[in-house]
Amino acid sequence: MSHENEAEGTPGEWPLWEVFVRSKAGLDHKHCGSLHAADARMAVQMAREVYTRRQEGTSVWVVRSDQIVASDPGDKAMYFDPMEDKVYRHPTFYRLPDAVDHM
Amino acid sequence: MSASITLGDEPALHYLLRIADTCLILAQRTAEWSGRAPVLEEDIALSNLGLDLIGQARALLSHAAKLEGAGHDEDQLAFLRDERDYRNVTLVELPRGDFACTVLRNTIMSSFLKLLWSALRNSSDAEVAAIAAKALKEAAYHQRHAADWLVRLVDSTDESRRRVEAALQQLWRYTGELFDADAIDDAAHAAGLGPRWSELQGAWQAEMQTIFDEATLKLPPPATYRSTGKRGVHSEHMGYLLAEMQQLQRAFPGGVW
Repeated sequence: MSHENEAEGTPGEWPLWEVFVRSKAGLDHKHCGSLHAADARMAVQMAREVYTRRQEGTSVWVVRSDQIVASDPGDKAMYFDPMEDKVYRHPTFYRLPDAVDHM
Repeated sequence: MSASITLGDEPALHYLLRIADTCLILAQRTAEWSGRAPVLEEDIALSNLGLDLIGQARALLSHAAKLEGAGHDEDQLAFLRDERDYRNVTLVELPRGDFACTVLRNTIMSSFLKLLWSALRNSSDAEVAAIAAKALKEAAYHQRHAADWLVRLVDSTDESRRRVEAALQQLWRYTGELFDADAIDDAAHAAGLGPRWSELQGAWQAEMQTIFDEATLKLPPPATYRSTGKRGVHSEHMGYLLAEMQQLQRAFPGGVW
């Protein structure tokens, strides 16, 4: 199965799109799910219909799932485990002045 | 079975009922798609559309009940009238048909309602103006969604184009009623309550022309046939629709949840 078919599922089905919703101005768009749509215009409308019915959003992004490049789950150990013991990368070793709260 | 209610004959009441009932009955037909739409996403989209229309109908029916001053509430107005007391245009009570029928009807009606809500924002009745301001945003989206589908269906396969053309053959003749003028419209116009629906015809025709051009569909000439739903004389489909829509409220009068 080619890479493209994998993203599109069964032949004849509409491509899959990932949906990102921004809940309010100033916040990030957050991934909230996926849907099928024939093209980008329909994908934005369907994202509005499916993922913002309860006032979840003020803006949506859609991106075709097959356009997302992901890390290989097989590389997980090599990629991410080495960070386990690097506690010195967290900024927890500074003494903050009393006047500075909630850093 | 709970007894039917009867209505007064104030023109303002009937002007509002025409709009409320048109939204209510279109919502009922749209709701029939729940669980049956061609794809899951559109199933949700059609349900959202139906719920928007019910919200608009509720707001107007509650207001109409207040104007009527006979102690009725929105549920009684929605569910306990006899067929002749529903004032929706005939177009919205026709069976939902196939998806092309639904898309075409929604394109026709959302374009019309968008223009009507837009004009109603200037209503002398402040509550009607407030309802219209909210509904206008909904109708504008309904029009975009339906018109997009219309263009897609015409542009897709021979079969989908054939179905749109068949739907056009079947539905277009019912659009004449939207712009029929009568004394109720005149009274609403004189009182500043809202526009004569006939005033919207030019703008509606222009919007339909734009959509049809994009879809490469030929816009038929204005319909000469006149259906009569607005006057309470409905098609043979209305009785069946009401039987289903009213069943719960008739079987359990005053039931709420």
